Amino acid sequence: MPFRIGILHSTIRKEEKLLIEAAKKRNVQVKLIDIRKEIFDPRNYSPNVDLVLDRSVSTIKGLQALLFFESLGILTVNKYSVASLAADKFATSLALFKKGVPIPKFALVFSEEEALKAVEQLGGFPVVIKPTHGSWGRLLAKVNDRESLEAILEHKQILGSPHHHSFYLQEYIKKPGRDIRAFVIDGEVICAIYRNSSHWITNTARGGKVSKCPINEELAKICYLASEAVGGGVLGIDIFETKDGYKINEINHATEFRNSEEPTGVSISGAIIDYCLKLIKNQR
Amino acid sequence: MSNTLRGNCPICDSEIILPEGSEESEVISCCECNNRIVVLKIEKERVILGEAPKVEEDWGE
Repeated sequence: MPFRIGILHSTIRKEEKLLIEAAKKRNVQVKLIDIRKEIFDPRNYSPNVDLVLDRSVSTIKGLQALLFFESLGILTVNKYSVASLAADKFATSLALFKKGVPIPKFALVFSEEEALKAVEQLGGFPVVIKPTHGSWGRLLAKVNDRESLEAILEHKQILGSPHHHSFYLQEYIKKPGRDIRAFVIDGEVICAIYRNSSHWITNTARGGKVSKCPINEELAKICYLASEAVGGGVLGIDIFETKDGYKINEINHATEFRNSEEPTGVSISGAIIDYCLKLIKNQR
Repeated sequence: MSNTLRGNCPICDSEIILPEGSEESEVISCCECNNRIVVLKIEKERVILGEAPKVEEDWGE
């Protein structure tokens, strides 16, 4: 019986097209599951797939869909536990800290008063303030002084959703005009890119330029440790280069890779499908 | 033999010929007005296109 992978999506981007193509090359059937059109009622649902691969562009909907399929006993990539951890920057930082993986100093606070004390603990200004949930480098702020911090926190309190009323603070790491995105599957770095930008936010969604990053032993090791700390699977790990060595900044559970196959020469989509096939074969 | 898929941009009404292998829910750019549009439905050779959804707060990788 041919293997059948369900791709959970809400928009077909370049990544999903590459995954569909990679699956076809391997004679794997693909069922495109637009989660916006599904009724996740466990009494009346026939998944008809061996595994579901979460490619939902919405984090919350993707997590709920993963939870549903896992509850039906269907293999998922990533696991719900991994995806929910990676979706929350505070949870990710705690998991990495607990396992001794090098990361920038961080703190979470709920008020302006504590934020000011936390900045001192982190080593003073500048600091970076981030939403605990979110991506593409949105709503990040580099805070240079007390006045800016007070203004940003007031805006968050008044204009933001409850998620924005938790203030995740991180020490500011001065980057050498770039950071690293490593693509990690099952603990192994399959390739990595530099995201080059003169701006302190280097996300490619914000205009960061991509070039190939060679994989060395230290990079492979920190990625393995980070992957182990959050539970493995398919991860996009963001790494800072610092004078004290590599530090993990963030971990993405449904990583985009459209700009990374060409410069690295690695079929990331193919490696993801191969990983899915491995999981299916192990289960059968 | 593959069929050519055609539709009209919901914003500028230009005719758009979609590449082979296009899928429903795929986001593309209109070659005339450059707006982001989404493939809503593929019916034989005719494609219904709509405005791409706006970015939501929890979108991203």
